[in-house]
Parts: sequence; structure tokens; C-alpha cells
Amino acid sequence: MSSFMNWLDARFPASKMWKEHLSEYYAPKNFNFWYFFGSLALLVLVLQIVTGIFLTMNYKPDADLAFASVEYIMRDVQWGWLIRYMHSTGASAFFVVVYLHMFRGLIYGSYKQPRELVWIFGMLIYLTLMAEAFMGYLLPWGQMSYWGAQVIISLFGAIPVVGEQLALWIRGDFVVADATLNRFFAFHVIALPLVLLGLVVAHIIALHEVGSNNPDGVEIKKNKDASGKPVDGIPFHPYYTVKDIVGVVVFLFIFALVLFYAPEGGGWFLEKDNFVPADPLKTPEHIVPLWYFTPFYAILRAVPDKLMGVLAMGGAIVFLFLLPWLDRSPVKSIRYRGPYFKIALVLFIISFLALGYLGTQPATAIYTMAARVFSVIYFAFFIFMPIYTKLDKDKPVPERVTFQ
Amino acid sequence: MSQSIDTGKRRFLTAAASVVGGAGAAAVAVPFVSSMLPSAKAEAAGAPVEVDISKLEMGQLLTVEWRGKPVWIFRRSPEVLLNLETIEEELRDPESQVESQQPEYCQNETRSIREELMVLVGICTHLGCSPTYRPDLAPSDLGPDWVGGFFCPCHGSRFDLAGRVFEGVPAPINLQVPPYHFQGDNLVVVGEHAQGAA
Amino acid sequence: MRSLVIACFFALFSVQVMAASGEVHLDHVEIDITDKASLQRGAQTFVNYCLSCHEAAFMRYNRMAKDLGLTDDQVKENLMFASDKIGDTMTVAMRPEDAEKWFGVTPPDLSVIARARGTDWLYTYLRTFYLDESRPMGTNNVAFKDVGMPHVLWEQQGYLAKNEDGELVQATEGKLSQHEYNVMVHDLVNFLAYISEPSKLERMDLAKWVLLYLIIFFLVAYPLKKAFWRDVH
Repeated sequence: MSSFMNWLDARFPASKMWKEHLSEYYAPKNFNFWYFFGSLALLVLVLQIVTGIFLTMNYKPDADLAFASVEYIMRDVQWGWLIRYMHSTGASAFFVVVYLHMFRGLIYGSYKQPRELVWIFGMLIYLTLMAEAFMGYLLPWGQMSYWGAQVIISLFGAIPVVGEQLALWIRGDFVVADATLNRFFAFHVIALPLVLLGLVVAHIIALHEVGSNNPDGVEIKKNKDASGKPVDGIPFHPYYTVKDIVGVVVFLFIFALVLFYAPEGGGWFLEKDNFVPADPLKTPEHIVPLWYFTPFYAILRAVPDKLMGVLAMGGAIVFLFLLPWLDRSPVKSIRYRGPYFKIALVLFIISFLALGYLGTQPATAIYTMAARVFSVIYFAFFIFMPIYTKLDKDKPVPERVTFQ
Repeated sequence: MSQSIDTGKRRFLTAAASVVGGAGAAAVAVPFVSSMLPSAKAEAAGAPVEVDISKLEMGQLLTVEWRGKPVWIFRRSPEVLLNLETIEEELRDPESQVESQQPEYCQNETRSIREELMVLVGICTHLGCSPTYRPDLAPSDLGPDWVGGFFCPCHGSRFDLAGRVFEGVPAPINLQVPPYHFQGDNLVVVGEHAQGAA
Repeated sequence: MRSLVIACFFALFSVQVMAASGEVHLDHVEIDITDKASLQRGAQTFVNYCLSCHEAAFMRYNRMAKDLGLTDDQVKENLMFASDKIGDTMTVAMRPEDAEKWFGVTPPDLSVIARARGTDWLYTYLRTFYLDESRPMGTNNVAFKDVGMPHVLWEQQGYLAKNEDGELVQATEGKLSQHEYNVMVHDLVNFLAYISEPSKLERMDLAKWVLLYLIIFFLVAYPLKKAFWRDVH
């Protein structure tokens, strides 16, 4: 065995990579619950790719055949229903995990110097994931697929001068049509997964270059023992591999509960209207975007102007990118932050969740008013961040991480 | 501190987790692998085919599709049946010893249930081409000894009118006889054994 | 145990109420796709009354035979048109153009109708046809206003009509009592629920094994983690 490894290592850095990224990658020993979601996101990515490959074997990207081919997978293909439900449940699971992962970054300041690029790569993954999910949702070619795509693509029409041409170019037809389905399929199964994989690799390489943050926001690399190992660090393997396995098992248990007992997720994961084949002549009464888009959809609807609405929605995401430079506090973790940031963060989370809820509801006058209030809070969190983080009464950060 | 580490326990638990995890991974592979087997739709399309042979004349060959493959049904004259015996020496497996190539009830001299009526899967046992029906005697391209049979245009394999392969051609074994049975005098059911037959 | 789990999930997700159906009150129907007798009766009703116009083009007869505990021959004799094969799906001979001419719309495929409309809606819809002379077919429907479909089961239910208060009252008697008719519709809706997702039977069977496996895995994985983390201080 060792002679084989010698042969291999002379030609390919297998052992070196194993050491750098696992057995001698020193991670802070005080990771808590919130630190499961990175590896879980990776797990779901693999799950989506594998199930996606097998769905592609039976799915037909053709407006006349797509809807029937999904039912064919659900009925005639052996175990097709399981693979399809894994994929559809996996899509929602992906966003659950990614949102919790991002929330972790937010509360422990994982985006702050020197991890700005880790955050930027992560945000790019999030954006790509949204595109991937959006395009994937067209493929079943149900009513919600169709009209959801119609609405989102029409957003591009708001861009001055080139908007309408751009929307036409994206669709490849005057409405969402077979051409749109075909190209979305190409993007969904080839282009975006490739981008996603590349970004994930970049995200992890950047992370392993600077090292992981932790709930205390203490840089463990500043405190090394005689042999050069961080005193508060432990090798990722075996410690975090065995810990993450526990996380994976618990996650899979919850995942299986949804997959087996509520694969429609009460209409959130698979919407009722999507069991009606796409009909370009008839819009469903109530179009709802998928739950993971609803906060941004609510912001869009809150603005009474088409172009400004689209810009606000885009801005809501752009601000997230800018987080590392908006935050002026010397402290990373919420544990040692002052009250201003804590209050701002609570308000932000409340408004994000509220917007998410409002995005699923009909746009009545009261709801629209509420969406405006929460949109203002959402943006205020970012706009005033340089001020309140600077003025904040942060607490002293300890030298070492706290453990047990 | 490190003295207190129970390496035996760790080793046992690592092994146990590997076994349980490995078993789970293997179980998860099952649905994915079996999703590539024929679907219910393909099974339905591969259902037995009923063929009416009342209008099939002597020497005429009827091709029907079963599981997407051509299946030949043709009538053989008494002369043809006689010839089947005379050419036995030139054949690789005249007694149809390769059991996979026909149902038990067709492992006989004529490779059929009824002597005159032949049912064959029209796929060459070499590389899957479909041979050509050549019932003509001694044509110029097949030589003076040709007493009728099948010729595969892809790689030149030759079979007699019972689907038996000649010596010295690339095809290794006889053409396959599919499972079939009769319903009454004029109906052949291809793709299904008679009730009770193996 | 299973129903408890399901109940928990529905409680979790029940925020999104039926927005599509508007204000119409829907009668609840209990669905049990493991009740083979009910499914068999529903299948009979479906084939006799629905399948002449509506297809269930994704549902195969032999799949139905297997799941309903029938033999292929039983299905062939009682539930199929002679020209169809047992591996075929439940299609109809009526051409879409004709359908459009007769009913104004193509009758929708019913394979996944229970997932699109919900079983409560179907149960309500099939029981609330009432006389309305302004409609071309002479009937209207409470759950589906101005529906193109006539009251196909009028012989069984009889005709309802709206009284001055807008309540539905029996106008002409049918062959079945109200209770018998409700049972008939219940069986039919149960069958529609079954054909909307036949793999649900497999799904429910597999679920407990997967969950059991994950519990066993946890019972190994957690001590493993503990054993390694003993030396982290």
C-alpha cells in the first residue's frame, strides 16, 4: 500500500492534498451547531448532481413531452419517484442549508477581513444557485413553472432601452416557449453546475488559505505552539469528519421525513398548480415564486415602479456582497459585539423572514405597506452599517477561543 | 491525556460506522442502478405479440416487431425441411446444443413447434445486424451450394432456414428462437411460452 | 405513529391555504389509498363514467391491477375496453377536436388531477352540481363555476337545485340515497388520489426502513464522535 502511495505521490499530490485539506487542516475546536451547514451544503450539492444525472436519462426537454416525461419518471421508471423526490426536496434543502450557512457567517462575522473572498465566492455560489433553481423549476413544464418563468424573465424588460430585446433574447421566442425550455435545460444541467462546482472549489480553497473563523471570531493562527500548530486548532480529520457524520445523519433523517411523508412540502416544494400542464393562454389565479425567492419578490412588489422595483431587488443582493466593507467593527463575533449591531441584526432577520412571508401572499394594500416597511429596514441594515458598527460599544475579545 | 484514549473502542466504532455507512451507500445505489433497467413503458411495449398466419404462404417471410427486435415467421416447404438434414455436416451446432438459443420445446431437428412454421429472432449472433432472407437456390453471390438461408451483410455470417449457423463464419452460435406458442391454428403468440411450458 | 408524523408535517406547512379555490367551502374527505375495496369500487366508477371523456394517460392498467389486488384478467374483463392491452395507459378514443366541439374545452387528463385540485375540492365538486338553465348543459357547479362538464352522475345523485337562500336542495331523486352517493364519490376520489401518485404506496412502505436505518447509523455515529472528541480539551 505504501509503495503504491509513493508511486502515486511522485506523480500526483494525493497525500499532500489529503494533509492540506483534511488531516492537517487545523480548524478551531469550538465550532458549534452553526458549523454543520457548510459540509451539509456540499452533501446536498453532490445529491443534486447525482439525482440530476439520473433524471436527465429520462426527462425530455420538449414543450410537448416535458410534463409527461416527469410523470413517466414518477410512475414508469423503476424508483424514478424516489430519484425525482430526492431532487425536488433537495432543491429546497439546498436553500435551507445555504441560508443557515449564510446566517452563520453573519452572526460570527465570517465575511470580515481576511475572509472577504470566501464571502464573495459564497455569494456568487448563492447567485448561481438561484439561477440554477429558477431554471430547473421551468423543466417540469407545469403552470407554475411556466408563469413563474414568464414573470421573472419579464423583469429584464424593465431595464431601459435594451430590456425588451434582452427578455426576448433570453426566451428565444415571444413568450416562454419550447426554445426557452430547451435552453434552460442546457443551462440547468451543464452550464450552471459547472460554474457551481468551480465556485465551490474556489470557496474552499480560499477558506483553507485563510483558515476557518469560529464562534468567538478569534484568529487561531495567531496563537501557535512550538511545532507551529494553532493551540486552539484540531485537525479537520478525524475530529470534524466524525462530527460532520453525525450532522449528516441528523440532516438525512429530517430530509427523509420530508421526502417520504411530505414531498410536496405542503405545496411549498411542489406547488399544486404545477400538476397542471403549462398553458400559455391561462394564468393561474395566484402565482407564487418558490419560497426561497420570496423575500426578494416581496421587495420587488413593494416598489411601485417597474424599473425601481427590479433595481431594489438587485440591490438587496448587491448589498450582501458589500458586507465585508460595510462592517467597520473590529470585532467579528456577535458574542463580543455591542448592542447596536445586535439590534440591527435582529431587525434584519425579522424583516427578511417577514418579506419571505409577504412574498407568498397576495399583494393587498396592508401587505404591500408591510412589505415597504420591512424593505426599508432591510436596506437600512446595510446603509447604516458603517455608522452603527463604528459607534457600537464592542466588548473585549479574548485571546483564546472559549471551549466547554 | 493521550494515554486515556481508548484506541480499541475507536477502531471498533470506526469499523462499525464504515459497515453501516457502506451498507447504506450500497442500498442507495440500488434505486439508481435499477432506474436504468427497462421501464414499465418499455416492458409494456415488449409485451407478447399476436400474429395471424392464416395468409402466410409457403416460402413467404413475415417480420414482426417484438421488444423492438425483428422476429421472422415463415413457412418451409417439405424440400426445405429435407435440405435441413443434408447440410448438417456444414453446420457448427446442427443439433442446437447451445440451450440459450431456443426454448426447450424447439430443441429439435427443425427448431420449431410445427415442422413447417419457423419463428426466429432476426438478429445475427455475431454483432447484432439483421441478416437477409435468401431462400433462392444457388445464387451467384452465395455460391452453388446455397440451398436457402440467411446471409448477414455486415460480416458475411450464414445461417440455414432453421437459423443454424454454418462453419467458418464469424457468428458463433445459431440464431435465437424466441418463446412462442399457438392459439388455435392460425395465431402465433410471440414472446410467451405456452401455459405450463418452460 | 405514521399519522402522527404526517399530522406534524401538515401542521408545519398548513400556512399556505387553498388560495386557488376562493371562498368556496370544501367538504373534507378522508383518503386511504391502501383501502383496496374502496379503490376497486372507485376504479369501476371511473371507468364507467369518467373514462369515456377524460383520460388518465399516465396510468397503466397493469400497474392498477397490481396495486388494487386484481389479476390482469379481472382488469381486462371488467375495467378495460376490449381493444386495449393490459400494459396500456388509460386513454380514450374521443378526439380532442370533438371534445372541444361538445364541451367547449378538452376534458382535462385526470392522471394528476387530485394533486392539482386537492381531494377535498374533487369531493365537493362531484357532489355540488345544480340545475341552472342559463348553462348550455343545464347544470352549474358550486366548486367550479360555469363548468363545461355536465352532471354525469345525475342518475345516481338525482338533480340538486338552489333554493331562494342559495342553498342546495334535492330537486329530483336519484337511484342512490345521499349517503350512498357520498360513498360512491368518496371511492371515486380515493381512486383519483391513488392514480395521481401510485408510487405513494411504495413510498410509504420504504419510509420506515430508511428512518430506521438512519437511527441505527446515528447510534453508531454519535458514539464514534464522542470517542474521538474525548481528547479535545
